[in-house]
Amino acid sequence: MILELRDVCKDYMRGKSPVPVLKDVNLQVEEGDYIAIMGPSGSGKTTLMNVIGCLDLPTSGTYLLKGQDVVNLTDNQLAEIRNKRIGFVFQNFYLLPKMTALDNVALPLLYAGVSLKERRSRAKAALEAVGLADRLQFYPNQLSGGQCQRVAIARAMVGKPDLLLADEPTGALDTAAGHQIMEIFRGLADRGMTILMITHEPSIAACANRTYHILDGRLGDGDKPREPEAKTPETGGAEENLADFLAGLDQLLGPKEDDAHEEG
Amino acid sequence: MENIRLAFQGIWGHKLRSILTMLGIIIGIAAIITIVSTIKGTNEQIKQNLIGSGNNVVTVQLYQSDYVYDMQYSSLPTGVRPIAETQRAELEDLPGVDKVSFYLARTNLMDTVFFRDTAFSGKVYGIDRAYFQVAGYRLAQGRGFLDSDYENSRKVVIVDRKAVQSLFVDEDPVGQTLEIGDEAFTVVGVVEETSQFTPTIDNLNDYYLYTDTSGGAVFLPDATWPVVFQFDEPQSVAVRAESTDDMTRAGKAVADALTASQITGQTGGVTAAEGEEEGVAGFSYRSEDLLEQAQQLQDMSSATNNQLIWIASISLVVGGIGVMNIMLVSVTERTSEIGLKKALGAKRRRILWQFLTEAAALTCLGGILGVLAGIGMAELISQLNAIPVAVSVPAIVIAVVFSTLIGVVFGLLPAVKAANLNPIDALRRD
Repeated sequence: MILELRDVCKDYMRGKSPVPVLKDVNLQVEEGDYIAIMGPSGSGKTTLMNVIGCLDLPTSGTYLLKGQDVVNLTDNQLAEIRNKRIGFVFQNFYLLPKMTALDNVALPLLYAGVSLKERRSRAKAALEAVGLADRLQFYPNQLSGGQCQRVAIARAMVGKPDLLLADEPTGALDTAAGHQIMEIFRGLADRGMTILMITHEPSIAACANRTYHILDGRLGDGDKPREPEAKTPETGGAEENLADFLAGLDQLLGPKEDDAHEEG
Repeated sequence: MENIRLAFQGIWGHKLRSILTMLGIIIGIAAIITIVSTIKGTNEQIKQNLIGSGNNVVTVQLYQSDYVYDMQYSSLPTGVRPIAETQRAELEDLPGVDKVSFYLARTNLMDTVFFRDTAFSGKVYGIDRAYFQVAGYRLAQGRGFLDSDYENSRKVVIVDRKAVQSLFVDEDPVGQTLEIGDEAFTVVGVVEETSQFTPTIDNLNDYYLYTDTSGGAVFLPDATWPVVFQFDEPQSVAVRAESTDDMTRAGKAVADALTASQITGQTGGVTAAEGEEEGVAGFSYRSEDLLEQAQQLQDMSSATNNQLIWIASISLVVGGIGVMNIMLVSVTERTSEIGLKKALGAKRRRILWQFLTEAAALTCLGGILGVLAGIGMAELISQLNAIPVAVSVPAIVIAVVFSTLIGVVFGLLPAVKAANLNPIDALRRD
């Protein structure tokens, strides 16, 4: 069990009255699961992701991340969990515009206290794994949307997290680029990565193994696990040879230096 | 390290904004550096004018009460022992003393020294063998004093440039005969001062203070002195200090040593006949304390300028507020960057430091630019107004450190604000 939410509620204060955004959410995610959470805007799916990503704490309920209760941790401990255990991919990429792709990817390692030399080599390997070996020194504004999102994925994965959290990862991309991102996610999932993805597009949600629906702050039951073969066949447009760098994902997921995988 | 690199990247990324933000600091620091340089320049000029450049010579003379004891108007002082040749080594061993020279001197000799019909209005010195070297003269013409001049008490003199001008006008002085107290002396050489130091004169006071209006100097061997003047006249001592800063110390040491050893006081039975007369009291050897005089003049000029520095400091505070303002704007602008960094695991302290170093780098750079502008301004002023300017290294270091501190102080509020941002709020705003 990599994460478990028990009766999680989240209220936001509007003026003086609390507005419930999440209501008694229960969710269990096993190691290696690839889950999509679907819901219309305003349904609370971003709040759910914030809670799962330890960016926000639930108002009530229990959240266990790898068996560790997150609710009572300090600010700094939460920062450490975000740094070591969770990789974030956002709709708008959130790359720092004044940094090269390489430096963007290396950023989480800086916060983890990794030496400059190792940061560089690990960030380089991560970018190679998402097929951007020739774009290391490019700035975000020199990259296409799809490439930016791949940089963001490399950044999320460079710290070898336990959980990849994606908030509308294809929301800002065209179909071809979005498809490519889904290919990478599938590749990661096939190699044992736990992925939790939020989306409102059924076609994107269909790439995951299981889909949950969230409506008005209540999370429904997940539908049946999908057969791995059910992934959509490749369409045109993804002209780059994905097979090449999907092999690199093995390296990206390679052995963690800390003991995170022992208990799984 | 990473923070510093990022900070300068940020400053470079917003060149115009950074310069405008730094302007307050630049102006403040530039003003302070300009003022300090001018003060220091003026002070150094005062010091140099009083001390001479690099000569490091202090004269120690016999005083009665507060006046130099002048043999021209007085008889031989009682209770003052002549300085013996054996004391030379003792005096040269004193702290800060390099070399000493003993000499006799008289002024106001209008009725004693003549060249033909021209009376000489300068000073006459009876000097030992070391004098020219210690007091900083070199031979310009003719010859110096020989050992035989001393041994045979020869009636020879050497004159300085001033004396040449006032006495010989267009003639060659060497070989001429000078009449001193009815004795005929032969001019054998001309000396000039080794350091061609001319004091900077800005006003009438300086003119009276520094300009030597006398008619120059005539030197004769001290052995010859009694031929025209008296035996056992009290000597003065020229002291060459080891360095300019040692001048006061060396002068005092020699003066104190001589006062202790030469002034025999009431008990002295050396000149038994006049021993009991009251004139004995009040003799002492004193050094001309030029450094102290310089210090007093400097203190006066510094006092007024210190107030100017306080006024200039206000501009620094204003500059600091400007920095705080722009840092707050920068925090707002970069909310999503801060949110992202927090999401990626940056701790509160790291964000705090990032903004603090950025503010500090901004004001530090402003300080450095201010120092450069200040030096430029000071140079410009010295060119335009002929006010001497000396750049003070400690002032520069203090200015840069202080401006950096301003960045830290005024950057604190924006940095705390950034560090306390909630990552989800920060990411939501886009």
